[in-house]
Amino acid sequence: MAVSVVRVRHLVRKELKQLLRDPRSRPILFVLPLVQLVLFGYAVNTDVRHIRTAALDHDGTSASRELLEAFAASGYFDIVERPQRPSDIVRSLDRGRVMLGIEIPVGFARDLDAGRGVSIQLLVDGSDSNTATVAGGYALGVVTAFTIQRSGEAGAASRGLVLDARAWFNPSFESRMYNVPAVIGALLMLICLLLTSFSVVREREIGTLDQLRVSPITSTELILGKTIPVMWVGVLDLALITVIATTWFSVPLRGSLVVLAAGGFLFILCGLSIGLLISTVSRTQQEAFLTMYMVFLPALIFSGFFFPIESMPSIFQWISYANPMRYFLEIVRALFLKGAGLAELYPQFAVLAAMAVTGIGLAIRRFERSVA
Amino acid sequence: MTEAVRVSGLTKRFGDFTAVDRVSFAVSEGEIFGFLGPNGAGKTTTIKMLTGLLEPTAGSATVAGLDVRRHRAAIKSRIGYMSQLFSLYLDLTVEENIELFAGLYGVRGARLTKRREWVLEMAALGRQRKQLTAELPLGWKQRLALGCAVLHEPPILFLDEPTSGVDPVARREFWDLIGRLSEEGTTVFVSTHYMEEAEYCHRLALMHGGRIIAMDSPGALKASMEEPLFEIATDDAARAVEALRVSQGILEASMYGREVHAVVADEKWGREHLPVLLTRAGLECRSLRSIAPSLEDVFVSRVRRAGAQE
Repeated sequence: MAVSVVRVRHLVRKELKQLLRDPRSRPILFVLPLVQLVLFGYAVNTDVRHIRTAALDHDGTSASRELLEAFAASGYFDIVERPQRPSDIVRSLDRGRVMLGIEIPVGFARDLDAGRGVSIQLLVDGSDSNTATVAGGYALGVVTAFTIQRSGEAGAASRGLVLDARAWFNPSFESRMYNVPAVIGALLMLICLLLTSFSVVREREIGTLDQLRVSPITSTELILGKTIPVMWVGVLDLALITVIATTWFSVPLRGSLVVLAAGGFLFILCGLSIGLLISTVSRTQQEAFLTMYMVFLPALIFSGFFFPIESMPSIFQWISYANPMRYFLEIVRALFLKGAGLAELYPQFAVLAAMAVTGIGLAIRRFERSVA
Repeated sequence: MTEAVRVSGLTKRFGDFTAVDRVSFAVSEGEIFGFLGPNGAGKTTTIKMLTGLLEPTAGSATVAGLDVRRHRAAIKSRIGYMSQLFSLYLDLTVEENIELFAGLYGVRGARLTKRREWVLEMAALGRQRKQLTAELPLGWKQRLALGCAVLHEPPILFLDEPTSGVDPVARREFWDLIGRLSEEGTTVFVSTHYMEEAEYCHRLALMHGGRIIAMDSPGALKASMEEPLFEIATDDAARAVEALRVSQGILEASMYGREVHAVVADEKWGREHLPVLLTRAGLECRSLRSIAPSLEDVFVSRVRRAGAQE
């Protein structure tokens, strides 16, 4: 079927005018992405720092004080309480005033100097399992470093096996490096859904859809006219978010900008075809809103945005294969941090491209059927 | 005269419900053809089938000589359509709406300028051209919608209750515009539930329950009513209608403002018995006169007759 460029251009112009005039949609275009990016950039922070700690030092020697200072100096632990009895530590943990309790026994310095084995007690609030695990790990690191340093001072050769781990791509484990690129994916999806989910159903409700349908415009032209403006907005937002991510949040963009733009373009197409599908199957705007919500939330959860897909039950892992956001997040994370290119990312690109083409095709077919 | 629209046995069913039931008629070129009937009579559904918005369940229809099933796309450029919902973009200006629909119908260049000015002049919106459509009064919006529907100079125009919700003055102005289009040769297919509007039509189809129960010019329809009609002035019209409806020999009684209209089988019988019936019901008969029927009387009488035949 021949597509009339003139008719599509008229529709695009009309859609853009409406997007920019509507006081409800205007903030979605550029303000929402900025606010969300800043919110996510700061709030979605899984870094564990400044763990509130209670320290009970029964020994009271220079060695025990040194160990506690080592804890404080690491930056991971803030010693906020100095209780007198072990039961006080338990009470502070119960009340949530501290996350961690350290108890150093009497004779700590003596046994250490004598080269005898000595243990200190660590009590961790396990109710926040993620933080507890990380805190335990950091505590172990502090203790290991302390031991090595002491044995070095004592002139003794370091005994046993020492693990020397180095993290590539994100050496200081900053969660922001991992999260900010992912926010790009979540935001693009949200914007595409918000701008397209209502676009057809709103016209159906106010009656302008019939007015368009009695005109010579075809379904393909109509869907194109609805798609192109949102695509432009999406691409502009992608650029805006990328600039903020690399400047304000200093997330390095190690990969190619062209590859990012290409991936973003495909992902935007996926997002807006999902939105258009929602809009063509919904009879009312409320219905469209609910459906959009039911689509966006799982898309976010099964994308690896918050939780790693690898640790999900296998059925959910299978579901995530149908989620375009999963592939886009893989692309942006690899692109920003690892500097990956098409050579590594072509599978994800292939899937996104297939999804985009299928999605737009389905939206047009579905639209034709919904109005027949 | 050639036919602009020809419909035969056209039917639309939604599940068990038959919205339009074997409707047949033909509309001549340049005619103002009216569909008169209450809401739910099947007027909108018929228009939607003719404009390609709905697929007919059975029967056939041609518009501008083209089959509505097979030549949907070709029909689109030959018709204009305006629905009962005001269906222009409220967040676009008057001029932007005109230019959008002109663009969709391929009206451009010098023709666009000419048609735009023509519409602005016809709808008397020249000074509002840069104004947002949302800010216009409803009657003005309807004129703009009509203008947008005829931008591409379609030979056939479908208007589905174009004046619903508009005040009588604006309605009158709107019908002046329709008359003007018809004089210029446009076939106008219009539906309404306002009886006084139906008088402007050259020919009328009375619709009820998905069927056409009568079809003729307004004058002929009124002349076709054989039973005599009386207008009665009484002290309590509502009670009078109640009393007359249950009385033998009264075919139809209905309120008409503060008067009562009663249809009887025989004029002489009515003149003698109507005052008696009212007095018996404890009501005063202030005046009684035989009158010519209005379209509404015709409609009510035809609905009754169609009901009796079933």
